[in-house]
Amino acid sequence: MARSSASSSERLGSGGVPAAVTRVYLDYAGFSPVDPRVVAVMRPFLEGGVGNPSTPHSLGLEARASLDGARAKVARLFGGSPSGVIFTSSATEANNLAIAGLAERASGRHLVTSAVEHVSVLNSCRDLEKRGWAVTYVGVDAEGRVDPDAVRRALRPDTVLVSVMAASGEIGTLEPVAEVGRIARRQGVPFHVDAVGVAGRVALSVDECAIDLLTLSSNDLYGPPGAGALWARPEIKLAPRILGGGQERGFRSGTENLPAIVGMGVAADLARLERQAEVARLRELRDGLLEGILERVPGVRITGARGAARLPHHASVVLPDVKADSILLELDLRGVAASTGSACNALTGEPSHVLRAIGCTQAEAEGSLCFTLGRWTTTAEIDLVIETLPLVVDRLRRLAP
Amino acid sequence: MVVTPDKKLDCLGLYCPIPILKIREAMKALAVGQTIEMLSDDPASDADMKSWAARTGHDLLETDKHGAVFRFLVRKTR
Repeated sequence: MARSSASSSERLGSGGVPAAVTRVYLDYAGFSPVDPRVVAVMRPFLEGGVGNPSTPHSLGLEARASLDGARAKVARLFGGSPSGVIFTSSATEANNLAIAGLAERASGRHLVTSAVEHVSVLNSCRDLEKRGWAVTYVGVDAEGRVDPDAVRRALRPDTVLVSVMAASGEIGTLEPVAEVGRIARRQGVPFHVDAVGVAGRVALSVDECAIDLLTLSSNDLYGPPGAGALWARPEIKLAPRILGGGQERGFRSGTENLPAIVGMGVAADLARLERQAEVARLRELRDGLLEGILERVPGVRITGARGAARLPHHASVVLPDVKADSILLELDLRGVAASTGSACNALTGEPSHVLRAIGCTQAEAEGSLCFTLGRWTTTAEIDLVIETLPLVVDRLRRLAP
Repeated sequence: MVVTPDKKLDCLGLYCPIPILKIREAMKALAVGQTIEMLSDDPASDADMKSWAARTGHDLLETDKHGAVFRFLVRKTR
């Protein structure tokens, strides 16, 4: 679809930028184009000359070396031991393995998580509830922040896991994982962090934050979709969720998706090396977008935390008197791709659990917009959104009964 | 009075948002005044169904729970 303004398509079409980016694209949390440097490294792994990492012939040994290289690169992103990396098909699978896999090997029957987790964490917890575990869903403040003290109060003698995400993909708020980690460690309870939102954007060290299990997604690092990882400390016991030939130390059977895993490794390296410059650039663009929206759209309100307390590429707002669906449709017609911030909400029209948890009214929740910026976002794109959104909102308000 | 539902919907084993998505689809095939019984064992479905009924305006006539299984009876209002 080449519906973008001429200026933006010319600009985006040049300079080695992925061809998929042909219009104003502010839904990087939904999907990120794969970095061309990553694609270049992946290509030989797709086109041949590479074996199965589990086979003993020389091509297999080379594949094994590439797999372990990717493991080291991914581990370096958050200061973990490479041997703790378990490659999966997605962050969702990694969250499932962390929660259900740990609960099944533990003797206690209680878990603590937050009310704003990704649905892969929440539904893993619901599944455990059905099978006899108890789960405490700790609430959040109006900006979506978990109170570490509430986590401490929720702990029981039979608590087997605390799982709190590093940042909300829906409202961008950074969670106090270092404080929660200290509390969990003091009680001897393993601590899992879904780090998908922060990876490559906020420095995170598993040792400094006392993290025992950590979830990553490849695509959120500008790597290929179809790969994710769970990192686990060596002493953590997990029951595998996918059974078979014992790949990934038996924690995740199935022949490794080597092209995607190698791509994820390169993406992790690039994210680590380029993080500071990229974050400064994204934060400036994001702040400009939020300022522009606040200034030019009456009645708009930011959801989540402000400034340095939120993800640098993330802008989310609510408009209490306009439906997000209508805004997104109108923006789309003008070449702007954004989202409501929640896939569940997009499917059912129900207010998302995150917006409910931060106390949004029904009307506000229905007018929730999420703009996520990325590696190829330009000032021109931001300017176009700041021009377009007020026109769209004004038009919809005039049409409203 | 026991209401015999006009339609039944089995959502056992499914999790949010799928049960809500399925009942929303199923409602389209009902006439106003007809009823549907939905079974779900997602612990979140009680809150989700209440919220969905309040938002859409359909009547949530009955909610009960047998073991881990919720049973919802809904009448289409519009």
